[in-house]
This record gives sequence, structure tokens and C-alpha cells, in this order.
Amino acid sequence: MGKAELPLHAPGTKLDRGYIGQSVPRPNAQRLLQGRGSYVDDLRFPRLAHVVFYRSPHAHAKIKRLDFSKGLKSEGVIAILDGRAVAEYCTPWVGVLAHLKGIKSPPQHAIAIERACWQGEAVAAVVAETRAQAEDALGLIEAEWEELPAVIDMQESLEGKKIIHKEFADNICFSRQHDTGGVDEAFAAADVVVEETFEFGRHTGVCLEGRAILADYNAAEHSLTVYHSTQAPHMMQDIFSRHLGIPEASVRVIARDVGGSFGIKVHVYPDEMATAALSVMLRRPVKFVADRLESFATDIHAREHKVKIKMAVSRTGEILAFDLDDLSAIGPYSVYPRTSGIEGNQVVNLTGGPYKHRKYRAKLNVVFTNKNVTCQYRAVGHPIAVALTEGIVDKAAAKLGMDPAEFRRKNLIPDDAYPYTFPSGIKFERLSHHQTLNKLLDLMSYKKLREEQEVLRKQNIFRGIGLAAMIEVTNPSPAFYGVGGARISAQDGATLRLEPTGMVTVMCSVTEQGQGTEGIFAQIAASAVGVSMDKVRVITGDTGVTPYGGGTWASRGAGIGGEAVLLAGRALRSNMLEIASKILNLEKETLDIGNNAIIGKLTQEKKMPLEELGRVAYFRPDTLPMDFQAELTVTRHYTPRQYGFTFTNGIQASLVEVDPDTGFVKLLKHWCVEDSGTVINPMLVDEQLRGGVVQGIGAALFEECLYSPEGQLLNGSMADYLVPMSGEMPDIICAHVETPTLQSQLGAKGVGEAGTAGAPGAVMNAINDALAPLNARVTAMPFTPERILRALAKA
Amino acid sequence: MKAPAFAYVKPASLPEAFELLQHPNAKILAGGQSLIPSLNMRLSSPELLVDITGLPGLSEIKVLNGFVRIGTLVTHTRIEQSPEIKKHIPLLAQAVPHIAHAAIRNRGTIGGSLALADPAAEYPACAVALEAVFILKNKTTERRVKAEQFFKGLFETDLKPGEILTAAEFPVAGKSDRSVFLELTRRQGDYAIIGLAVHNSNFVYFGAGSMPVVAKNASSKKTLKEAKAALAKDLNPPADLYHSSATKLHLAGVLLERAWNMLTT
Ligand SMILES: Cc1cc2nc3c(=O)[nH]c(=O)nc-3n(C[C@H](O)[C@H](O)[C@H](O)COP(=O)(O)OP(=O)(O)OC[C@H]3O[C@@H](n4cnc5c(N)ncnc54)[C@H](O)[C@@H]3O)c2cc1C
Repeated sequence: MGKAELPLHAPGTKLDRGYIGQSVPRPNAQRLLQGRGSYVDDLRFPRLAHVVFYRSPHAHAKIKRLDFSKGLKSEGVIAILDGRAVAEYCTPWVGVLAHLKGIKSPPQHAIAIERACWQGEAVAAVVAETRAQAEDALGLIEAEWEELPAVIDMQESLEGKKIIHKEFADNICFSRQHDTGGVDEAFAAADVVVEETFEFGRHTGVCLEGRAILADYNAAEHSLTVYHSTQAPHMMQDIFSRHLGIPEASVRVIARDVGGSFGIKVHVYPDEMATAALSVMLRRPVKFVADRLESFATDIHAREHKVKIKMAVSRTGEILAFDLDDLSAIGPYSVYPRTSGIEGNQVVNLTGGPYKHRKYRAKLNVVFTNKNVTCQYRAVGHPIAVALTEGIVDKAAAKLGMDPAEFRRKNLIPDDAYPYTFPSGIKFERLSHHQTLNKLLDLMSYKKLREEQEVLRKQNIFRGIGLAAMIEVTNPSPAFYGVGGARISAQDGATLRLEPTGMVTVMCSVTEQGQGTEGIFAQIAASAVGVSMDKVRVITGDTGVTPYGGGTWASRGAGIGGEAVLLAGRALRSNMLEIASKILNLEKETLDIGNNAIIGKLTQEKKMPLEELGRVAYFRPDTLPMDFQAELTVTRHYTPRQYGFTFTNGIQASLVEVDPDTGFVKLLKHWCVEDSGTVINPMLVDEQLRGGVVQGIGAALFEECLYSPEGQLLNGSMADYLVPMSGEMPDIICAHVETPTLQSQLGAKGVGEAGTAGAPGAVMNAINDALAPLNARVTAMPFTPERILRALAKA
Repeated sequence: MKAPAFAYVKPASLPEAFELLQHPNAKILAGGQSLIPSLNMRLSSPELLVDITGLPGLSEIKVLNGFVRIGTLVTHTRIEQSPEIKKHIPLLAQAVPHIAHAAIRNRGTIGGSLALADPAAEYPACAVALEAVFILKNKTTERRVKAEQFFKGLFETDLKPGEILTAAEFPVAGKSDRSVFLELTRRQGDYAIIGLAVHNSNFVYFGAGSMPVVAKNASSKKTLKEAKAALAKDLNPPADLYHSSATKLHLAGVLLERAWNMLTT
């Protein structure tokens, strides 16, 4: 069934799609803005203990001695424990998946035992009555270390002269080769071959609310309740259960308000596992809140790739083949349970994605280093794949003297070519590259901008225009993680309940991280049932309450969770009409629901308010036929299955001005045309795009986790690590093409990562376009003034 | 990131404050915008914080005969909004919007900034360029120190233990006085990569050394070309996380050229 099914109200009424497609303000915004949010650190518990961690000051070192004696005497201290003590309560884990063939990683403990493998890895836990007291005791711990050779540079790691984990023969966590065949022949036959090496700095997703966890073990029941700032409560329930030895049904994970996550909060963190273990051990609630300095040193980092890419092109501008070699470093462990092999894997899957060439070869090496771990962060792999592809495409267009927009038009997969299998093996249901390109060029007045650019160049004003077409993984099926053996759910569920007063309660397994998921669920539920938004309450983030599901990641919340809500809403509507027909003694087919009432389908006249239906169903079922049972709670589940991923597409453009004296880049404007299928709430979709673009701009211009050659993080604070700030951000203009996925009735694809995927490539191309008349070019992100000046031979 | 335990007192008079500052491990607390972060990061652990924001007579902007006296507790925001400062000390008025962000400017004080002597801060360079004079008091005496003599090194000043900086006096700008303020930051509100405060022939760089650096050689030159060539004699800026020393010197030259062109048009 397709989009034709969308009319959620009686045909012919104005409310055809209900609230779908309307910029309804999210109901929870008021509560958050009035300071009534309830984040982990807002919770108050009797007997709450606070834990802080003693972290390795070295990148790689043997723990020779830890002396807690002074710390244990410090005021308010409850316990100080090392890795061995915590391991009694928490088993180690290994971050590998079966479908990433050959991936390896050593067992990782909640608290390191014997050896620390990055600066910041926890080697002891201090529990005290207050956080300040715990920090006081932290300063009294004495440690003796024997420094081990550290591997910091990824090339050095690949060469393998120094091995990080003795149980392995090399430092390679994962490698992959992909070859369609015929690549060498394509290059030999090509008129033009372009080649470039691109570098992507390591950066991180700075959440407004840092990681936070409060674990409350109940010895009487051998049960554990965890209040957790997480994206995936059910995944964490499973993990706490298995690693702490508590039956799954006795573990409850509650994610109340979450202050941003961006992929940071979907992984297993040793210090969080230790916090849960300590609660079991000490039989009292224990809280850990990562402060900003800890966040920089221990929240997952991402990217850090160095990629050589080659492209074969014909004289007339047809792309014939891509050849790729990606080297990426992930720190000392592959992160559990998603692994750190996915980002590189995505680069292989997605490079060249929008284009119609048929030959493709790729090589990937993912290596261990003695830096903080990296893992999936917003747009996993996409910013790299897009920048590589779009950077080399621009280079080819320049070499051929073709306009970059025309070059793309020539090579983008035609809008009528679907379904389509891309040379990397991924499948596209239906994309709209040409529509989005045309819309973008229109939106930005591309021709006029090019003319203006010419005029300004003569006045020594160097403006650049950069385009970046892209594809994006959304709504993943079990092919993403489940098939590899991970207990990560690709399905989600929604329960809808009609309350006696005619209110609708929605309980959904997809979580709210501040992006407005609960708002769109309310829109969908209200539309599907036939009530107004104010009659809907949404509950998410509680494994004790909602159906089982995957949570929030990989741009899946709207497309998967939203579909479950829609299906449940329709089923509830049908059940309600059934009851109404019994009460009113009318045929079900003649009835409908609208404006919070049972109405006549044809006449639209009001027959009965929903609270009357609720009253009868709940309190006077004796008045209903003897063999009839009202069902006013329904649950539906949804898993996308026809395609591995529901791909979206889009294109972005950036307009910048480069100051060749200072190397400064001024962002003048940014455009984004995105096809995310059915747009449920245009305002939220646009804000997702804008926020994503800003994070992508961060990668392009500002953000990088800098390490010294010894493996010391040099800029782990808000003063030194530069997050993008509003003052420097351009206006971001968004527009949409809507190609609904036909896999679901809602038709929504994902949009959460699109902005981040495309922006770095667009900004890079804009900078290089601005620098072109000066014969300079930059290929290493972030593009700092220093790097641009160096390209201009001024530094 | 919790500060170690400390005692806190908010005296109501200067003599009381001086008495408290006799404590060997006491520290003055003004706007707290630099001190509190350093406590939270456990970079320092004073036993006693003497909060001077309740002291009378330290929060005025007074236009006197030929100079403006700014009390130590005057916040960045008040300087930003003061018509007297705009009129009489245009360089300072130009500089202040570059300091941090509105929330920080609401609390941070001129005295705190000068006493901290961050080499990348705006006020110290302006004070040197404007030939300001600082008033320092202790229990028994008051002394006046020229800005150029006040800054001694990296976060180091002429302030002695037990002394409070109570005010800074800036000469009123005359009709023929010219000033230019330029700074380069990657994000609005950050400390400068490098900056330049110019008042007449005083060219003072910040973010260019361990304290404000007066470009004596460059400013004595007749032509821009000579001035730029002489700059390397004046400055040897330390590299920061993102910029090498050579890049900073290059950027100093760019600022020199821009200031020079502004002054000569
Ligand atoms: C995010 C951020 C960005 C910032 N960006 C900038 C910037 O771009 N430019 C800039 O210049 N500053 C910047 N600052 C610092 C800000 O301007 C501070 O307000 C200022 O440096 C210190 O002033 P304060 O009143 O807050 O002093 P406090 O933090 O209270 O004190 C600072 C130091 O001065 C001493 N002290 C204070 N008053 C006196 C006095 N009267 N006599 C003797 N000693 C005294 C204190 O003991 C302490 O050692 C920034 C701060 C933050 C948090």
C-alpha cells in the first residue's frame, strides 16, 4: 500500500491528511522551555552515591600499582575500586559482528585491568556521598605506571611495527575489499583520470546534556532500574541484563528527557557499565554524569579517515569508475555492540552513490590506535563518502572545463531508473536526484550567483560555490545489525489506548532526544484516530511501559516508529468504530471519527462524543451485546524488510567567501533540497536539516580532536575544541521533494542525518571554488585558516 | 568539575577586604568569569575567596579633568553601553564587543580582566595603547602604575599580595587622536588568535606574546612596507593549538596593513 492510503479522515474533508504535513509545534517544547525537563541529573534519590573515575594519564601504560589508602580516608568516600573488583560484577564484552567478516577486538572491561589503552580510560572508580567529595578523593589516588609504546598515527598502526594488543598479529581491526571487476580496464580506457587524497579530522558530537546514568539496584528483588540518557533503552536493558547477570525482565531502563545524542548515546560505555555494576555491588543508587572534560576524552569520537580516491571519466564527462582506498583509525577497541567497523564500511558502500557508473573498487583498513575510541556519530560514514565523491567530481569537472552542476546532471542516476542496484551492492527503491538538482539550482539562482562570482573576482573578492549531491541510509532493516548477531532491534512497536475521557495515550519504543519524535507521533496518532492533538499523550523511553524496539538511530524514528503508530492508530480507530456501531446500532461502514466524535461518514454529522464511547466501553459494557468485547488498547509493530535500507537523496550548496590574506572562510549562505519521502512536520524536518548542516559545517571548518604525538588530547574543553556557533552560521534555506517510500503506509523516510552528510562536502567544494583563481586547493578537514594559508603559500 | 572546598566572604568595606586578604591563601573574586572556571577545573585551590563585588565606590565611570576613571567593578556590559566611554575612549568602546559573549560580559569586570592579564585579552592591550594608569591599593598605601609597567609576563602583573586594583584611568581622546581596533577570531567571542589596538602611534598587539606587545619598530616606520618588514623584530608570537608562530606573524602583518590603511584614509 502506498501513499494513496494516507487520507486519514473521510475523503473530501479538508483534514485529508490530518496533521501530516503541518508544522505543528511540538507539545513537549513548553515543558522543556519552562525548565520542567527531567534529565538524569535532575533526579533526586535517597542514599544516592556519586561515582567519578580515575582515568589513565597515559595513552598506553601498564598499571603497576594503584594505592587508594589516602583516598579511602577522605571525607564522604564510600568505596574506591579497581578493574578487578568491578569485573566480579560485570563481565567483559567484545565489539564484533558476524557480518563484518574478520572483524576483531579484544575483550573490554568496565574498568581497565592491568593496562590502559588510551588517555582517559578509567582505571578506578571512586564512590562518595557527593560528587565534590568523590573528586577530592580522586586527587588522593596514587598510581604507578609503566609506559608502553603507544601507536598514535594510523599509518604507523597499519604498518604494524608496534602491536597494541599482544593477542593479535597486527593492528587491523577490520578490512574489506570490494570489486565489481573491470575497474582497471575502465581506467585504461578513460580520457581523464583524476586523483586526490582527502583527510578527515577526528571529531565528536558535543551533546548539550553530557552522558548520564543513575543505576538503582534493588537487592530484595534482584532487580535493576536504570535512568539513562540513552537512545536505545531496550538495547541497554539486554546489555545490563547479560553483563550484570540480572534476568532481562528484572531490568528496567528509563530514558526521560535526553539533551541531544547524535549517536553519542547509543553505545556501551565502560564507565556507565561500571556505574550499574557499582549499584549492584553497593546495593544503593549510584549516579555518574560525565562532565565536559570527561566527555571530550571519553564520548565516542568519529571520522579520522585518510582516503585516496581515483575517478575515471570520458572526454564527454561521463563517470566510468571509482577506485577507493580508505584508512581509518578507531582507538584501541571496537565499540560494543555496534562495532567501530561500520563507518569505514559505509564509506565503501556509499562512495559515488548518486552516480550511474558501473565499475567500482574499494579497499578499507580500519586500524587500532592508542586514542579514544571512535564509533557511529550522526551520518556515519556519509560525510566522508559525500565529500570524497563530490570533491573528486568537482576536480573532474574543472579538468574538463565543465560547469559542476552540468557535470552532475550528466552523471546522476536518472529519476526513472528505479529500482536500482548500485555497484557497491546497495539497492535504491526510488530516488529523485534530478528533481532535487533542478530545485536547488532554482532556489539558489545558480546562474546569477556564478555571474556575480565572476564580477567579484575581478575586484579581488573570492567567493566560491560548492555543490554536494548525496544519498543517505535511513530506516535500516535487520540487515544493519541484526543479521550480524547484535541484539539490536530493527523493528519498533506502538501501543495506542483510548482513555475513558476520549484521550489517546501513545506508547512507542522510539525515543525522544530533543528532536521532536514525540511531537510527530502525536500528529500521526491524532490523524490516524481522528482526534485533535490536544487529546494525545505520548510516552517513550521506558522499557517497563512501551513495546519492544530499537530506539533512535540511523534516521529511523519517523519512518519506523511513525509507521507503527500509524498502524496502531488505524487499528484503534477501527475498534472504536466497532464499539460505536454497537452503541448506536448503526452499520460500522456508515460511521467515521472526526473532531473527537463519532460522526456519520457521509453527512459528517456528530453522532456521539468520544468520551461517551469511552464511558460505555469502560463503565457500562453491560449495555453492549453479550458476545462483544471492546478492545481499546492496540499494539502494532513495523520492520522495513523489502530493502536493506530506505535510501533518501538530496543535494546541498554552500556559498562562501575566502579571505586570502587571513585564510578565513565566511559562510554566506547554505541551501539544502532533500527528499525524505512524506514530510510529517515541515518545521521539524527543516530544523533537523539545519542542525545537521551546522554539525557538518563544524566538521568542515572547526571541529577536530587534536592529539599530541604521545597520544594526549590537546583540546578537550569548550574553550579549545571549537564547536560551530550561531554567529558564524549562514542562513540555511531548505526545500523538499517528496517521494514517499512505498514500503510503508506513512511513506516517511529519514532525515536526521542528511544535513551532516552533505554539508562538509559542499563547504569544501565552495572553498576550493573560491581558491581556484589563486591556484590553491585544500583537502584536509577541518579547513583552518592555517591550512588555507598554507595552501596559498602564506604560512 | 566541582571546585575544591573553600571559604567565601563578601566584605562591605575596603579595610575589611584588606584584612581578609592578609590570609596567606586568599584570592580576590570579582566577576568570577575566569576564576570560577579555573576552580572548577581544579587548576587552583584558594582557601578563601574574598568577593569584592559588594565594596562601595569601585563601580563608577567618572569623567574627570582630561581623563576617565573606570572603577574596577565596572562590567564589560556597562562599558559597552556607556555613552561617556564611546565619546571619550573610542578604542575601548570598539574593543569591548569582542570580549566573550553577552552573559559573560554581564558579569566580567574590567579590573578582573586587567588583573588576570591574559595575553590574548582585549583590555590590557588597549590600556597599554592608551597609556592608561592603574590605581592599586593595599591596607596602608595607594600607588599609581602605568599600564605598560603593570603587565609583567604571562598572567603576571605588578600587583602585590594584599593589593587590590581599584580603578584604571584613561586619557580623554582629543579631536586629532586616531584609534583602530582589530582582532581575528574564528568564532565571535573567542579569545583573539591575534589582535591589534592602535592609538595614534602606539601599536599594541595581543595574543602575540606573553603580554601586550608594543610594536615599537614597526610603528616608527614611515611606510607600510618598512613597517611590515620591521614587525618580525617586534613580535615572536607563540604558536597556539591551531596556528603556528609563522602564521600568527603573517596575520599580525595583515592587521598592521589594515590598521595602517584605516589610519591613513
Ligand atoms: C567563555 C569565556 C570567554 C571569554 N572570552 C574572553 C575574551 O574574548 N576576551 C577577554 O578579555 N576575556 C574573556 N573572558 C574572560 C572575561 O572577560 C573575564 O570576565 C575576565 O577575564 C575576568 O574578569 P572577572 O571580573 O570575571 O574576574 P574574576 O574571574 O573574578 O577574577 C580573575 C582574576 O583576577 C583577580 N582579580 C579580580 N579583580 C581584581 C582586583 N580588583 N584586584 C586584583 N585582582 C583582581 C582574581 O583574583 C582572579 O585571579 C572569557 C571568559 C569566558 C568564560
